[in-house]
Amino acid sequence: MSTGTETVLAAPDAEVPPTVAGRVRKKLTSRTASAVSLVIALLWTVPTLGVLISSIRPENEIKSNGWWNFFSNPQFTLENYEQVLFGSRSASGGLAGYFVNSLVITIPSVLFPLAFCALAAYALAWTRFRGRDWVYIGIFALQIVPLQMALIPLLSFFNYGVSLGGVQLLPAWDLDGPAKFITVWFAHTCFALPLGIFLLHNFMAELPGDLVEAAKVDGATHAKIFRSIILPLIVPALASFAIFQFLWVWNDLLVALIFAGGPKNAPLTVRLAELAGNRGNEWQRLTAAAFVSIIVPLTVFLSLQRYFVRGLLAGSVKG
Amino acid sequence: MNFDFTAEAPKLMMLLYGVIAFAAVVGLLLLVLDVLPARKDRWIALGLLAPAGLLLTVGLVVPAVRTVVLSFMNAGSDEFVGLDNFLWIFTDKNSGMLPDFGANPVQYGVLLSTLLWVLLVPTVSTAVGLVYAVMVDRSRFESLAKSLVFMPMAISFVGAGIIWKFVYEYRQEGADQIGLLNQLVVAMGGTPQQWLLDGPWNTLFLIVVLVWIQAGFAMVVLSAAIKAIPADIVEAARIDGVTPWQMFWRVTIPSIRPALVVVLVTISIGTLKVFDIVRTMTGGQFGTSVVANEMYTYSFRADEKGKGAALAVLLFLFVIPIVIYQVRLMRRRRLEGAR
Repeated sequence: MSTGTETVLAAPDAEVPPTVAGRVRKKLTSRTASAVSLVIALLWTVPTLGVLISSIRPENEIKSNGWWNFFSNPQFTLENYEQVLFGSRSASGGLAGYFVNSLVITIPSVLFPLAFCALAAYALAWTRFRGRDWVYIGIFALQIVPLQMALIPLLSFFNYGVSLGGVQLLPAWDLDGPAKFITVWFAHTCFALPLGIFLLHNFMAELPGDLVEAAKVDGATHAKIFRSIILPLIVPALASFAIFQFLWVWNDLLVALIFAGGPKNAPLTVRLAELAGNRGNEWQRLTAAAFVSIIVPLTVFLSLQRYFVRGLLAGSVKG
Repeated sequence: MNFDFTAEAPKLMMLLYGVIAFAAVVGLLLLVLDVLPARKDRWIALGLLAPAGLLLTVGLVVPAVRTVVLSFMNAGSDEFVGLDNFLWIFTDKNSGMLPDFGANPVQYGVLLSTLLWVLLVPTVSTAVGLVYAVMVDRSRFESLAKSLVFMPMAISFVGAGIIWKFVYEYRQEGADQIGLLNQLVVAMGGTPQQWLLDGPWNTLFLIVVLVWIQAGFAMVVLSAAIKAIPADIVEAARIDGVTPWQMFWRVTIPSIRPALVVVLVTISIGTLKVFDIVRTMTGGQFGTSVVANEMYTYSFRADEKGKGAALAVLLFLFVIPIVIYQVRLMRRRRLEGAR
């Protein structure tokens, strides 16, 4: 690299002159930027860290002094976790049961939309029929309808069925006990469809068309094309949508509050919100409870972050 | 140890049924498809779209239309009341929706609070995310730093609410503070405050929580956009000798404008529906309530279906201008691209 041309090309007021000193300075600034951004990242984590550390401190310590004292005076206990997970008194949490509820709610609420979205997206991308574009636009437009718009009628649909002019057209669902989970699955599945179909359609439409055409010429049925050509190719998209939906359902409070009902079916978020409301000062329980609910999505998120980010980018930037 | 496995077994059975039902539905659909010849696209499309279409109709379209109808009806949904519910929102002094600056303490009202959320959360999160994305770009610990800032995205709003409630925790003056914020205030010689009690500041402290969550989202999307800026543009600008400041405003910002708009719009729409944070941290008390929280309270706690439905419709109406703005920008961009 010749300094001559660079000096000619560089504007006179250039801040970083192409000299040795300039380069050193630039390296220093980038090092400062690295350090500053790392510090900010750590600051971003401090609130979460505070809760994590508090959750393993003894009750009287949490309540009498700040969690940062843990570093000078470390006292460690797992009693808080034992209390909130398995404690018998209602005040203590009983989170183990709610944890199971969260799992039972989340797994089918991820699987069902995944399948229905993939099938619908395939139809919209790779079959030809009149009005296809309109169907796609319709589903796309549904993304902007806030789910609040559906809540009241959907609840009455579950509880009272459909009646028109005094004639009962559909009966109430009348589910209780564990069967009540079905209504939560149903609600989550419905609400996930517009975004899911949109994401998977975008991904599928970009696959090379020759592949599908060639298979069709060979006489493959759509089921075969879907199973053996499309499905293996869209695994990354399915993964990112699955993670997205998993985080959404596991972390959801609103749908659970309305459709899951009482303690037998409610997920962790509902119990956590309840504890925060009723036992706002029982920090030894709140912190441990918060961590019990955070740990699963956090693990999923950190181990599968790559897929999640890819889905996020596909959904937001292309849209 | 008090964990009753027999109480959990039926639930796990239900989970098993759910998964079996899932396998059965998918298997059946694929089986039907196998039987149909590939030429009959119309029937196959119908079969593939049927489950999603049915669920969307039953779970979203019909309920949304029904909500619009309910918003013109009374609390028990058995009598039409015209625009009464909307008039209640916008004209009734006792609805709590409107600001009342004459009251003591001043009431800011649900609508103004919601507006504050929708204005502040997207702009601040995007600004923070953008600055951070530029700063962290090609720095040494880039992926670690990004993961840490992005992490709150995985935490539920309820969990985030508890995390920040702990940060804002108050102890009397003189006592050991256990909340981080008050500890900092005391360390700097101030007196501890009850951050979540007094308006309008308490709303701002709640807004911080959502910014904390959304800045990571903005950062990740914008960082990807920054990395997608063609290298020759950056190189050309560098050869022209632009300052970092000029580089940011004249090169980076114009190149990532589409991503910026998407981030702003996405966060705005998400913010409109914010409910969990307010409910967890203050329960909507002390003048911190927002439209989505009132919607829940009126619909499912107070049994005022008409008012609840009207608030839901209001949320939908708020979303529309944001979406129109985005569509217009996208169309203009496409026209410019075609030229």
